Amino acid sequence: MDEAPQDISALTYEQALKALEDVVRRLESGEVALDESISLYERGEKLRAHCQARLDAAQARIEKIVAGPDGVPQGTRPFDEGA
Amino acid sequence: MLKRTVEDRFGHVRLRGELSGVKRAASGHMYCALKDENAVIDGVMWRGNAGRLAFRPEDGVEVIATGKLTTYPGRSKYQIVIESMEIAGEGALLALLAKLKAKLEGEGLFAPERKRRLPFLPRTIGVVTSPTGAVIRDILHRLGDRFPSHVVVWPVMVQGQGSAEQVAAAVRGFSALAPGGPVPRPDLLIVARGGGSIEDLWSFNEEIVVRAIAESTIPTISAVGHETDTTLSDFAADLRAPTPTAAAEIAVPVRQELMAMLDEYAARQRRGVVRPVALARERLISWSERLPDPKTMVEAQGQRLDDLTDRLRRGLAGRAEQARRALAESGGGLRPALLQRHVVQLRRDLARVPDPGVLARKRVGEAAQALAALSRLLPQLNPYAPLERGYAVVTDPSGHAVTTREVAAMQSGLTLRFGDGTLDVTPGDSAPPAPRPRKTARRSSQDDPASGQQSLF
Repeated sequence: MDEAPQDISALTYEQALKALEDVVRRLESGEVALDESISLYERGEKLRAHCQARLDAAQARIEKIVAGPDGVPQGTRPFDEGA
Repeated sequence: MLKRTVEDRFGHVRLRGELSGVKRAASGHMYCALKDENAVIDGVMWRGNAGRLAFRPEDGVEVIATGKLTTYPGRSKYQIVIESMEIAGEGALLALLAKLKAKLEGEGLFAPERKRRLPFLPRTIGVVTSPTGAVIRDILHRLGDRFPSHVVVWPVMVQGQGSAEQVAAAVRGFSALAPGGPVPRPDLLIVARGGGSIEDLWSFNEEIVVRAIAESTIPTISAVGHETDTTLSDFAADLRAPTPTAAAEIAVPVRQELMAMLDEYAARQRRGVVRPVALARERLISWSERLPDPKTMVEAQGQRLDDLTDRLRRGLAGRAEQARRALAESGGGLRPALLQRHVVQLRRDLARVPDPGVLARKRVGEAAQALAALSRLLPQLNPYAPLERGYAVVTDPSGHAVTTREVAAMQSGLTLRFGDGTLDVTPGDSAPPAPRPRKTARRSSQDDPASGQQSLF
């Protein structure tokens, strides 16, 4: 419970997963007071949801650089379109 | 006529030979000669083509030159106008490679401490490779299998003239992308090319590519050729993948595994939080059951109270009875006659004691008689009685009686006691010594008048 819950969104997937791992270990150890274990669980759920969101957001989006006449990329377009 | 014949007859030619007499003119054109064991031909490379050369032409390097044959009428010579030129022979290439590697290594471009950690889960992956061919397909396919990702492909030529420049430009281009621009900035780069000969992979040994990769601001995986092929790009990259497919595997974790891990954590933390609650509930129940029934408690206490009340009453009655009995026993002997009898006895004992007054008076009488007898005797024993008849007692100054002449002669003074008083006399014929010590005392006090007290001694 070192970080406040609102910090979770700033965590990378790896950090969030590590934090979740820590929460689970502490809950499993049974050393946490009952009241605290509830808030710990809430935090664990938020961490899990954050990780889940990162995984769910993953989708194949393949793009190709469209370069301008000077070779500087101006944008992208779908990779397979007209390739 | 000759010119046309030569140019028509030998339109495009490929020549293999050793470079000699390489000369770069100020105009940018390059002049040289190509020779083998028994022939030589002049060559020229115009500025545009010469600037695109992938290597620095030097004397002694064996090359394959492609170009057109033409004549140079001014010197009555024919020559080759070289359009492209590449290094021929693996030995020559490897020597060049070793030289460049040593140089870049010396600059620290391949140092292990330059290697960066790859992101665990890249949000966007930039791929520098040919847009056609199996390599990009392999990468996209493997990425899709493991973790569908956002991929931005920077299409380049991976072989032939100009490919090195394109690859380098692409790597630098990705590096230069600003976050939030029209093109998403990748957080991981893959520079990839399929397998091929050392000449095919040569672009990835070019200094320009190696430097671009080494200077990339984005962590870079190089995946050039097959497992056994190693290019300088591999040394410069943060990680070398043996194949393009392997690069995709290195780039992303398997999403399914991550999902499974998350699910497992979720289940474990649910168990972790539920189990203590269940345990606590069980414990509460078991302790509650051990609480005694309040009704039984009250009944038992009531019974005990009744019992004690009963015993209290019985106890009080018993004790009173016992006290009464004791009183009757001791009260029986308490009668006046008993006391009276005792008094009579004491009075009788008292009467038997003789009168102490009689005894005392008798003893006083006896003592008075003894005293009178002694008083009569006393005057006869007075030592001074004879003095009345003319005797005298001689004493020394300290008052002791002097009974012999010898003792008397030794005294400084004597006292004679008569019946009516005393007389001090000096014995014999010597003068009285008494004034002498008194004079001495006075003299010493004159000598020291300040301390009269001390001087007396």
